[in-house]
Amino acid sequence: MSNILTCRNVTKVFGSKVAVNDVTLDIPRGKIVGLLGPNASGKSTFIKLCNDLLTPTSGEILIDGNRPGIETKKIVSYLPERNYLNDWMKVSDIIGLFRDFYSDFNEEKAYDMLKKLNINPKDKLKTMSKGTKEKVQLILVMSREAQLYMLDEPIGGVDPAARDYILDTILSNYNENATIIISTHLISDIEKILDEVVFIKEGKIVLTKTVDEIREETGKSVDSLFREVFKC
Amino acid sequence: MPWELKSDRPIYSQLIEQIELRICSGVYPLGSKLPSVRDLAQEAAVNPNTMQRALSKLEEDGLLYSNRTSGRFVTEDVNMINQVKNKLAKEHVQIFLKKMTELGFDYEEILSIITTLAEEMKK
Repeated sequence: MSNILTCRNVTKVFGSKVAVNDVTLDIPRGKIVGLLGPNASGKSTFIKLCNDLLTPTSGEILIDGNRPGIETKKIVSYLPERNYLNDWMKVSDIIGLFRDFYSDFNEEKAYDMLKKLNINPKDKLKTMSKGTKEKVQLILVMSREAQLYMLDEPIGGVDPAARDYILDTILSNYNENATIIISTHLISDIEKILDEVVFIKEGKIVLTKTVDEIREETGKSVDSLFREVFKC
Repeated sequence: MPWELKSDRPIYSQLIEQIELRICSGVYPLGSKLPSVRDLAQEAAVNPNTMQRALSKLEEDGLLYSNRTSGRFVTEDVNMINQVKNKLAKEHVQIFLKKMTELGFDYEEILSIITTLAEEMKK
């Protein structure tokens, strides 16, 4: 099967608000895809639907042929938009937890990345800054050898130097069979590493193209096109 | 040599230009082996699929060739590299001439400026 993620007419309604509106999307394997949209466009809701944290009101999501659930969680590495790790734990404790939880977790890789970012594994999460916590979470997520990575705002809270390292990490961990979906609004930082971009606006997909198609057709960067499409 | 990529043009074509430049300037010498796609992509901080596309195009053009088991190499054909050099030189000169005419110089003036500067640089 060539597509790792398939969505058919996926809709999610909260009360009277339609957060994700009739999304149909196919994401192949081996791609780095940017899910781009302004605040409150439905990016996080969409990612949560793919991770079984929310159930679609209608429509179907298939990951490697399965609906989101236990089977898909084995192959999907998800970085949530917020910190869910226990504050009182040490980084090394959390690594132990991940090792027990996920059979595809590569402990060595995690320690290696911590070292490169100067994070002491014996430190408690409680003592860390917001940016450092984010780095720890991302390291944990990228240390899994998953088939699909879904990163919800992975670079929002970290400084530009660490951002470069993180992008570098994403590229060096990339393998031809894995797909990475990154939701963000920091487009100029990441557009060089993306294959495809998906623009999402008010829960609907408004554009799906490769970065080079956009540059070729419009003579603009994805960042400038975004500013145009979503002009307030 | 750092990778310089502008944000308003396709990354793929810029990668082709940059690799051509590296071959012409001897960063990747004649007949030498290129780094892997992954390493090149990481170095340039671009998507590996985009780098792969650029390398395939250069292979099609004959500037690179791949050996199924041992990787991708720069051509050993000096003529071919000279052709690329000429092509790049032409492009640079065209851009330069356009800018100079925009500044209001005619061709004779441009030539004399170049000669003077070249003389000065010799010293």
